[in-house]
Amino acid sequence: MKPIISISHLSKTYAGGFTALNNISLDITEGEILALLGPNGAGKTTLISIICGIVNATSGSVSVAGYDSNKHYRAARALIGLVPQELTLGAFDTVWNTLCFSRGLFGKKSNPAYIEQLLKDLSLWEKKNSLLMTLSGGMKRRVLIGKALSHEPSILFLDEPTAGVDVELRKDMWALVRKLRKSGVTIILTTHYIEEAEEIADRVGIINKGELLVVDDKLALMHKLGKRQLMIDLEQSISLIPESLLDWELELSNKGKSLIYTYDPRNERTGIAELLRAIDVAKLSLRDVNTSQTSLEDIFINLVNQ
Amino acid sequence: MNIQAIKVIYKYEMLRAWKTLLQSFASPVISTILYFVVFGSAIGGRIEQVEGVSYGAFIVPGLIMLALLTHSIANASFGIFFPKFTGTIYEILSAPISFIEILIGYVGAAATKSFIIGIVILATAGFFVPLEIAHPVWMLTFLVLTCISFSLFGFIIGLWAVDFEKLQLVPLLVITPLVFLGGSFYTIDMLPPAWQTVTLFNPVVYLISGFRWSFFEVSDVSVWISLGVVSSFLMLCLVTVWWMFKTGYRLKH
Ligand SMILES: Nc1ncnc2c1ncn2[C@@H]1O[C@H](COP(=O)(O)OP(=O)(O)O)[C@@H](O)[C@H]1O
Ligand SMILES: [Mg+2]
Repeated sequence: MKPIISISHLSKTYAGGFTALNNISLDITEGEILALLGPNGAGKTTLISIICGIVNATSGSVSVAGYDSNKHYRAARALIGLVPQELTLGAFDTVWNTLCFSRGLFGKKSNPAYIEQLLKDLSLWEKKNSLLMTLSGGMKRRVLIGKALSHEPSILFLDEPTAGVDVELRKDMWALVRKLRKSGVTIILTTHYIEEAEEIADRVGIINKGELLVVDDKLALMHKLGKRQLMIDLEQSISLIPESLLDWELELSNKGKSLIYTYDPRNERTGIAELLRAIDVAKLSLRDVNTSQTSLEDIFINLVNQ
Repeated sequence: MNIQAIKVIYKYEMLRAWKTLLQSFASPVISTILYFVVFGSAIGGRIEQVEGVSYGAFIVPGLIMLALLTHSIANASFGIFFPKFTGTIYEILSAPISFIEILIGYVGAAATKSFIIGIVILATAGFFVPLEIAHPVWMLTFLVLTCISFSLFGFIIGLWAVDFEKLQLVPLLVITPLVFLGGSFYTIDMLPPAWQTVTLFNPVVYLISGFRWSFFEVSDVSVWISLGVVSSFLMLCLVTVWWMFKTGYRLKH
């Protein structure tokens, strides 16, 4: 399948000499939800800004639906809606006018019915004549989403959409994202909340210090990098791991009352049965056993700290 | 051509003036009336005539130019500076719109507003002094060219300015002196010879001279030279703004 966005060897060095992006290549598939995960200052916003035409790249190229983002910027940009990270809105415009303005900027004829439906979907219809400066932070975020969707884009960028947003809006937002995706819109969101990526994305890319460390299917990523742990609680604490159990490379924790066995669930033999038998032979009595899966968070911390 | 985008930018900028109607159109009228009272009646009562034109009428073209320049620059510079300041410029930058279209929207609206102000002042002046326009086509040409070129100049200042202070700097330190020394209230040959030479480096002199000629057929320099200077200024602004957009100067990192 042809990618809807193709980023090729993209680098950005800001005027001050700081390199925010270093040779990033990435293909984004039509219709997917891609989460770009990375700590503050990783370069997420810079990457989005280059794709959207707000920041000039130092080298490399981006094509959107086959259109080069510089040479054929009109065709490329017309497809994209952007919800910026900051709450950048005018003060003295009304909600209705600002959405109509955005639609016009992207070359679309006015369509009051569409804008009305959009405002209703965003629970903003009652506010349509309110001045932007009178809105709460959450409502401003909705307006920004409305502006980005006002010209019916087929690609939507959400730059940290849930930063400083309450639970309810967050739920609404994910519902909207899922609905958009169903209608075929490609969605790229950035976040530093791992649960978010885990919850909503199809694929996850991890960025740190301007480098794309890994991009993969969310499940594959967790599968590939996600080890499982078996926690074995003992009746009595021990100070040393018996020699007969050394093969399993166990960790002693919980003041000697627990053994932790890390294993790869993809292996044909996980070694769990043998371990339990060996524990029995070593005359340690079990109290409880449970397993846990590494979350994206662990994967992330692992990668970033490498 | 993204006509829709030009339309919404133009409309947005015009609406901005409409919301502050009093400030936009009434204040130039009031200040013009004040100039008439002070210069036309109080001082003009003693001067009587300049080159066969009553002093009250003589200062009208200069007053209009004074207002056009100030308002074109203030309006156009603010129009582009403010989105830069609030960050909403991201939307313009990410839209499928060319620099020509952005210019037509912003500068077109600023020039239109200035043009309206010019006409309003002209009409106001008509209440105070009998006005005859010898060459209406020339008059309109100068009016339109001035509105466009100084709106363009204001747009450049708005792009260049990084804070409100800088936004005020050029109008205050450059434009106001140039206009006051540009022959709004006197003819060049009223000055001592040395100053007459200095004045020839002031582009506003050519503007006011040409504009005044279109009313009274009285001028400091040939009207063709005036037209040439204004057109060159327009070209210079166009090239500058084109370069700014091309390099993303103060717009894109
Ligand atoms: N205009 C700029 N000039 C210089 N450095 C910048 C500029 N914008 C961002 N940076 C730097 O580039 C890095 C990446 O920033 P950004 O893309 O905003 O990261 P993220 O969105 O992942 O938090 C940061 O270290 C930031 O300080
Ligand atoms: Mg960011």
